[in-house]
Amino acid sequence: MSDATFLEYLVFFSAAVMIIAGAIAVIAMRHPVHSALGLILTLFGVAVQFVAMEAHFLAAVQVIVYAGAIVVLFLFVLMLLGVDEATDLSIEPIKIQRPMAAVVSLGLVALVAAAVIRTRDALLINPGAGIDVASENGDHDANIRQLSESLFSDYVFAFQLTSVLLIVAVVGTVLLTRKWPRDKAGS
Amino acid sequence: MIAAIEPNWYLLLGAVLFGIGAFGLLVRRNPLVMFMCIELMLNAVTLTFVALATRLGDIGGQTAVLFVMVVAAAEVVVGLGIIVSILRGRPGATADDLVDLKG
Repeated sequence: MSDATFLEYLVFFSAAVMIIAGAIAVIAMRHPVHSALGLILTLFGVAVQFVAMEAHFLAAVQVIVYAGAIVVLFLFVLMLLGVDEATDLSIEPIKIQRPMAAVVSLGLVALVAAAVIRTRDALLINPGAGIDVASENGDHDANIRQLSESLFSDYVFAFQLTSVLLIVAVVGTVLLTRKWPRDKAGS
Repeated sequence: MIAAIEPNWYLLLGAVLFGIGAFGLLVRRNPLVMFMCIELMLNAVTLTFVALATRLGDIGGQTAVLFVMVVAAAEVVVGLGIIVSILRGRPGATADDLVDLKG
């Protein structure tokens, strides 16, 4: 076993433990703020896995956009509304809900895992053009350059549509949360 | 001698993460925590996209992840706007109270 492989294993499993532990914290914590902290742990774990898969730009975007902006937005809403009191998780409003949810989600995992294991040996040929990997000497920007070439050539129309989406989202949110002067009672 | 890490492992990790997110979405009643569970599921999908981009040698998977992140950001903004406008009057509302969304 070479050292590089051992390091890869170390990175993969520690990041996997981060991801799973954070995800369990999100769904098991009684306090919503603790759930948000668990979400941060998961997002950082996913960023580490992105680095391990040589997707350096996506790892940076993951940390900045998700762990930065989105979780801060969650915490902001939690503090703004003052809904951060702990909930009693032992209350189960619908009796059969948790067993059913466990069955459904375990079924989902089993289905996807079966598909992954079944197609383990398929698609081993590389139909794509290959992914450039940033190298030690010379080309440090290979990943971001290839990504931008793909984004601004093949997917440029979708890229422009995202600007429309963002404007619609901003305007819609302002309309949703605005208090209209004539409608004092609030709906 | 152990084998190198395969992209399949990342796919399995993504499947487990998706399952945990789906379970939380079905079980939790706080709308904000349910929203965080949706984020977990989205992250499982992005992990799968990047793993398959590596496995197939196609940068398009990473480009798709970029779009997923943009859509997730827009979705969080709109969703939190709706949650704020519903919860503003009565904090402590659960997902069952969202029946008020009916027009």
